[in-house]
Amino acid sequence: MATTPNRNTAGTPQPGARTSSQQGFVYLPLIAGWLVPGAGHFLLRKWYRGGLLMVSIVGMFALGIAMQGKLYSSAKDILDLLGLAGDLGNGLLYFVSRALGLGADSVQVTVADWGSRFIVVAGMLNVIAAVDAHNLRTGRKAL
Amino acid sequence: MISPSHFTAVVLFGLCASVVFGITMRETPRRMFRYGLYCFALFCGSAVVLSWVMFLIAR
Repeated sequence: MATTPNRNTAGTPQPGARTSSQQGFVYLPLIAGWLVPGAGHFLLRKWYRGGLLMVSIVGMFALGIAMQGKLYSSAKDILDLLGLAGDLGNGLLYFVSRALGLGADSVQVTVADWGSRFIVVAGMLNVIAAVDAHNLRTGRKAL
Repeated sequence: MISPSHFTAVVLFGLCASVVFGITMRETPRRMFRYGLYCFALFCGSAVVLSWVMFLIAR
């Protein structure tokens, strides 16, 4: 009976996927990727992917701020709580923007509403990118 | 403050989201590019279709 070819099953590291760049704290790419968009991929020497992720996520966040989007600061109801969770996904971008007083306190025009969505979605995309970096680090996804 | 049109906002949104989806959901560069392009087409296409549906409903 013929043997089956090597398949990348979920949770199984691929042989030879682990390189010298993967030594150290296993959650470092996840945390770095959350704090700074694309940094998790940079740590794994995925310069091109990390650069594209950084440009996309930071660009989306900056567009949201430029549209006078709202930065959620408190959770008065469930929608605010969801917005705050999405905003927190931006990592340092969110905290620095809050510290600098960027973004609107309340949505006044239609464009600002789109801006708020841009900021929230940028945060969620950043979380996806950080988890992807973690999967690359653990070998769950091929390097 | 910038005030893009609704369609420009959709294109910018779709572009950024498609890049992230492409990179994170596929493994090889060729498949990443194709999936990103597919997502971008779906974002823009669905916006156009839904806009026409709303236009027809509003008449």
